[in-house]
Amino acid sequence: MKMELGTWDATGNAPDRQTAAVMTDHPLAIEARGLVKRFDGFTAVDGVDLSVPEGAIYGVLGPNGAGKTTTLRMLLGIIDPDEGYRRVLGTLRPHDVAYAIGYLPEERGLYPAMKAYEAIAFVGALRGLPLAEGRRRGRALLEEHGLGFAADRQIRQLSKGMAQQVQILGCLVHEPRLVVFDEPFSGLDAINQGKLEKMMRGLAERGTTVIFSTHVIAHAERLCDGIAIIAGGKVPFAGPVDVARDRIPAQVRLETRAADGPWRAALPADSRHDRKLDGSSFFTFPLPESGIEPLLRALIEGEAGILSLSIERAGLHDAFVSIAGEAAARALEENPEEEPRR
Amino acid sequence: MSGPGTNKLGGRLSTLQAALVVARRDFAAVLLSRSFVFFLLGPLFMLGVTLMASGVGQSVERSVSRPVLGVALPGADSAALRQAEGRLGVQLDEALPVLIALEASPGTTPEQLLQANASRASAVMTGSLDHPVLTGPSDLIAEWRGPVAVLAAEARSAVLAPYPEIRLAPTPNKAAAIDRVGRMRTAQSGQTLLFLLTMLLAGMVLSNLVEEKANKIIEVLAAAIPMDALFLGKLFAMLAISFVGIAVWGAAGATLLLAGGRSLADLTEPAVGWPLFIALGVIYFASAYLLLGSVFLTIGSMASTVREVQTLSMPVTMLQLLVFFFASFAMSNPGSPLELAAALVPFSSPYAMLARAAQEPELGQHLLAIGWQVAWVALFIRFGARLFRTRVMKSGPAGTHRRRWFRREAA
Repeated sequence: MKMELGTWDATGNAPDRQTAAVMTDHPLAIEARGLVKRFDGFTAVDGVDLSVPEGAIYGVLGPNGAGKTTTLRMLLGIIDPDEGYRRVLGTLRPHDVAYAIGYLPEERGLYPAMKAYEAIAFVGALRGLPLAEGRRRGRALLEEHGLGFAADRQIRQLSKGMAQQVQILGCLVHEPRLVVFDEPFSGLDAINQGKLEKMMRGLAERGTTVIFSTHVIAHAERLCDGIAIIAGGKVPFAGPVDVARDRIPAQVRLETRAADGPWRAALPADSRHDRKLDGSSFFTFPLPESGIEPLLRALIEGEAGILSLSIERAGLHDAFVSIAGEAAARALEENPEEEPRR
Repeated sequence: MSGPGTNKLGGRLSTLQAALVVARRDFAAVLLSRSFVFFLLGPLFMLGVTLMASGVGQSVERSVSRPVLGVALPGADSAALRQAEGRLGVQLDEALPVLIALEASPGTTPEQLLQANASRASAVMTGSLDHPVLTGPSDLIAEWRGPVAVLAAEARSAVLAPYPEIRLAPTPNKAAAIDRVGRMRTAQSGQTLLFLLTMLLAGMVLSNLVEEKANKIIEVLAAAIPMDALFLGKLFAMLAISFVGIAVWGAAGATLLLAGGRSLADLTEPAVGWPLFIALGVIYFASAYLLLGSVFLTIGSMASTVREVQTLSMPVTMLQLLVFFFASFAMSNPGSPLELAAALVPFSSPYAMLARAAQEPELGQHLLAIGWQVAWVALFIRFGARLFRTRVMKSGPAGTHRRRWFRREAA
């Protein structure tokens, strides 16, 4: 169920609660406002706002040490914010709805002596699922995901990737309404990353809200309905992936037979010009605000000899680098004395 | 699998339910571990070695250290004395000195005899049966004066006095007059046992959370259940484990005692009676264990390595030793302000109250004390969990601790 997140603030700022609810037509699974967390005087998270509609796949992106994990831990009630509030599945106390949440922490952890199916059942039991049912589901889930052979093996006997898959299944055994994955792709090989992406899509199709953090942008670009970019403990952007990409103008790539002519006046002044060995010219420049048609007209009338012309939309990676970079620069301007973030 | 949120089987766990999930896992994990088997066998091995050593020691003491009296009497007197020793030995056994005959040349003084036989005799008997003379260290000859007189009198007697068969008719302790000293001894034994078990078993909690942190599962637990439930669950598990340990050690100890012909009857019956005393002992053990365990658990949660745990726990162990001495000392002054203080201070309360159970028959005070101790356990768990969240998990709003301590955050 791919969800339309609607008309987010064009600047990328998160809409307030009322407008978000109206815009999305979906109740919010997570709503956080002004979350602040300080550790020993160091502000790890500084006024984070998040609105995650139910049933969405939502990515929390940011460079290492940006405050992603701290934000997720606040959302889950592992730690309390110093300021602000979070409403998770309709309650301000996340532990009250722990039975409806699944969580994969960044630092994976299972009891080494436990058997795989027992480990899944135990995580389910912590979320209120009866142990016997958890054991039954644990075995079924392992079978379903091709790990049936490992059901009776101890965690210490599994490879790191397999143990991680077991822990992921533990997050799902109690059929949660909200799943929070912290860096779920790290430690998995390409095949299992693909499987996890498929699993996340499947969850969202069944109406489960999936929120995950990552610093690998490609996953977010493929999966997410909405993203929040966290940099320097702040959220410089929150909204749909397309809106993030639109923050960077599309690039025009033009190849002409002629190197010069009156048509050059139609190109932006800051366009980059490369001459190729066969004498043709290659220009790269941002798509003009007036659009492509006036430019195209000028090129044709000026007999530029168009060999190729393409308009390439910016990728999420470029948008992320740009947004996170700007945020980091702003943070440095505001607090030039502050040490680099942990 | 059905859709999300349709999990009809599960639901929100109460703190107690969540604690039981943790307790069940910990209990099974510890019980089935190899280290627990060694933990169980350790004290039994020590007990066996101690019993063997004490048996050997007693035998050696009997054969080596029992002093010997050298007898240098005229021939007939000496023979009569040996016969008397044979007859009286049945009745008096170790009350009599061990006799050996010494050869004395005429003119030899008792001092010379003693010097010549120093390796065999501690003192010598010379003179005659009518006028025996004891020569030797003053305290020893003073001690032997009576037994030697009895022996000499028996040896002199021409008519052998028949010793009557004595029928023993023991009275039950309950029917006997209150034996304050005996009860004091029972109280002391109870306190010592309580202390040893608490120290032995509470240490198990110490490294528990360190292991949890090493396994990095703490985050999974902290996200799913309140920290209070986690602490409570760990304490419950360790308490259950300690009961297993006590059951095993108790059964082994009782078997050894019974095999050695001893029983609880050797101790004076406590004021509340044995069944209630044992029941209260179990409850006060649980209480002492939970109190100390909650402190150790907090320490364990703050440390990241076993070495750190050992360093941090040393002062607590020392403090616990002081508490034990305090409770033991207070017990000797029943009803004094000191004894009342020992009953009120949470850490010494279980010890002091167990001593009271041995000395006073009133039961109401125990209900009060148990309630008081449970309240402190709850407080320590709360404090430990909060400390863990604020220091280790790096959480908790600064400056508002006091306000939030006593009330739950409004939903």
